[in-house]
Amino acid sequence: MAKQIPLVDYLVLGDAPHLVAHECASCGARFFDRRNACASCSGTKFKSVDVPTEGELKAYTIVSFAAPGVPVPFVAGVIDCGGTSVRANVINTDPDPEHVKLGMKVRLATNVVGTDDEGTEAIGFGFEPY
Amino acid sequence: MAENVWILGIHMTKFGKHPDKDTVDLATEAAMGALNDAGVQMKDMGILAAGSLMGAGLGMGQSIQKQIGQTGIPVYNVANACATGATALRTAVMSVKAGESDYGLAVGVEKLAGAGLLAGGARKSDENVFTPSGRYGAVAPVDGRIGTETMPGVFAQIGMEYLHEHEYGGEQFELFARISEKNHAHSTLNPLAAYTKKMSLEEIMGDVMIAYPNTRPMCSANCDGAAAAVVVSDSVLKKLSKEQQSRAVKIAASILTTDPWEEACQVLPNVNTLTRNAAKQAYEQAGVGPEDLDLVELHDCFATAELVHYDNLGLCEPGGATDFFESGATWRDGKTPVNVSGGLESKGHPIAATGIANVWEICHHLRGEAGDRQIEGAKVGLAHVIGLGSACGVHILEKAA
Repeated sequence: MAKQIPLVDYLVLGDAPHLVAHECASCGARFFDRRNACASCSGTKFKSVDVPTEGELKAYTIVSFAAPGVPVPFVAGVIDCGGTSVRANVINTDPDPEHVKLGMKVRLATNVVGTDDEGTEAIGFGFEPY
Repeated sequence: MAENVWILGIHMTKFGKHPDKDTVDLATEAAMGALNDAGVQMKDMGILAAGSLMGAGLGMGQSIQKQIGQTGIPVYNVANACATGATALRTAVMSVKAGESDYGLAVGVEKLAGAGLLAGGARKSDENVFTPSGRYGAVAPVDGRIGTETMPGVFAQIGMEYLHEHEYGGEQFELFARISEKNHAHSTLNPLAAYTKKMSLEEIMGDVMIAYPNTRPMCSANCDGAAAAVVVSDSVLKKLSKEQQSRAVKIAASILTTDPWEEACQVLPNVNTLTRNAAKQAYEQAGVGPEDLDLVELHDCFATAELVHYDNLGLCEPGGATDFFESGATWRDGKTPVNVSGGLESKGHPIAATGIANVWEICHHLRGEAGDRQIEGAKVGLAHVIGLGSACGVHILEKAA
C-alpha cells in the first residue's frame, strides 16, 4: 500500500479516519487551525479532541464556477458534527439540489487527492449521505 | 457632549466601465464633486480618509491630494474589505466628532470591471513532494477540496443556512432569484447604475449558474466607480448658508463592528451577529427604530445575502425574512423599500466606493433630489455594508429639520 499523508493536519488517517480540533481548555471553543490563543476567551491552553464523524448538513452551495484548475461542479457545505461545525465538500452524491438537501445526515469519508513524486498519496476528506 | 456630524456634500461617479480613467481620476472626480456639492474647498478640509482595497498600500489619500490639493492635513488610508468606504466615512466622522477637524473628506474608489472571482486563487500544480504548510498543515490547495473560498459560494451558504434554520418550505432557488428580480427592476430608475436592465425571473434563473442558488445576475457586479463625502460639525454648519443647511443630512448614527466569536464563525463567516450588533447600536445612537426607516440600502453582495440582512437589521420579525420579502415590503412601493438604487447586484460593487455610494443614495432621497426613483417624503434612511473578515458599517441618516 502506498504511503499516505493527510491533506490537512486535522485529519487523522488509519482504521477510523476522523477529524481533530484544538479545544480551548478554559472555554471549550474549538478550532481547526494552529492557534496562538483562543478567539473566544484569549486562553492559551488547548487540548486535542476528536470530532464526531457523523453530522447534519446545515448549509451548502453547488459551485459551478471556480478559480482555474478547480474541478466543478462540487458541493461545498457546513456540517454540524454534534455541535462542532466543519467545512467540507459533500461527496459521493450527484451535485444537484435533488440529491443534496439541507438537514440531511452525512458521514465522513476519505478520498485520494493526489500522489507526489515519491509515490505518497495525499488523502482528503468529505462528507457523504447515508 | 460630542457634536453632531452632518453630510454637507456627497457625490458618486457613474458606476460601470471606465477604461480611460484610472483610480485617481475616479477618486478625484468624486472628491471634487463632493466639495462642489458642499460648497467648500479642499483647503477647508481638516482630515482626508481614503480607501481603495485593491490598491491598499499605495496611498490613495496622498494620490488624491497630489491632484486636488496638498494642504498638509492628516491622511488615513483605510482598508476593511467591502466595508472600506464606510470605514473611511466613519474615520472622517470620528475626527469631526472629536473636535480635531471642522470638515472631513472621505473617499472610496475601485476599478474592478472584468475582475471575475475575487477570492479562491487559481490552483497551481500540487507540490512534487507533499509537505505540510500553513495554519492547517495542508499539503495541497484546499479551495474546492475542503469547501469553497469563492464569495458567491460563501454567501450562497449563508442564505441557505438561514432557510435551514427557519425551515423555509418554498422553492429556495426561486425565492433568492425573486430578490434579484426586485433589485434589477429598481435599477432601471438609476442612471448611475452599472446595469439598468430589467430582468425577468426566468432570465435570472436561466442565466449562468455561479454557485447554487446564485446565478450571475444574483451576484454583485464588478465595476469601476468612486464616491466621496464631505462631513461637517454642527457648530460650523450653523455658520453656513441657509441652502447648505437645508441640504445637509444628519449622520444620526455611525457604527462599525467586527464579528464577536461564536461557534462556527471561523468555519463559515458569520455575517449575522456583527450586523445585528451594528444595527442595535445604530438604532440606539440615532434614537430611531427600524419602523422609522423610509428606505434602506443594504449589502446585497449576493441575492442570498440580502435575505439574511432583512432579519439582521431588524426590518422584520426574528426569523421572518422570507415572509417579509414575500409580502412585497422591500419593493420600492412597499413598507420598507430596500435597495431602490438597484443594489450591488445591478448598481455595481466597486468595493471601497460602495460604503459611501449607499450613503449617497440615502442622502439623495432625504434631500428630495432622487429624481424618478425618489421615495416621497423620505426622512430617515439606513445604509449598511459588510466586509468579510469581518467588518460591518451602519449609518443612519436623517433629513435636516
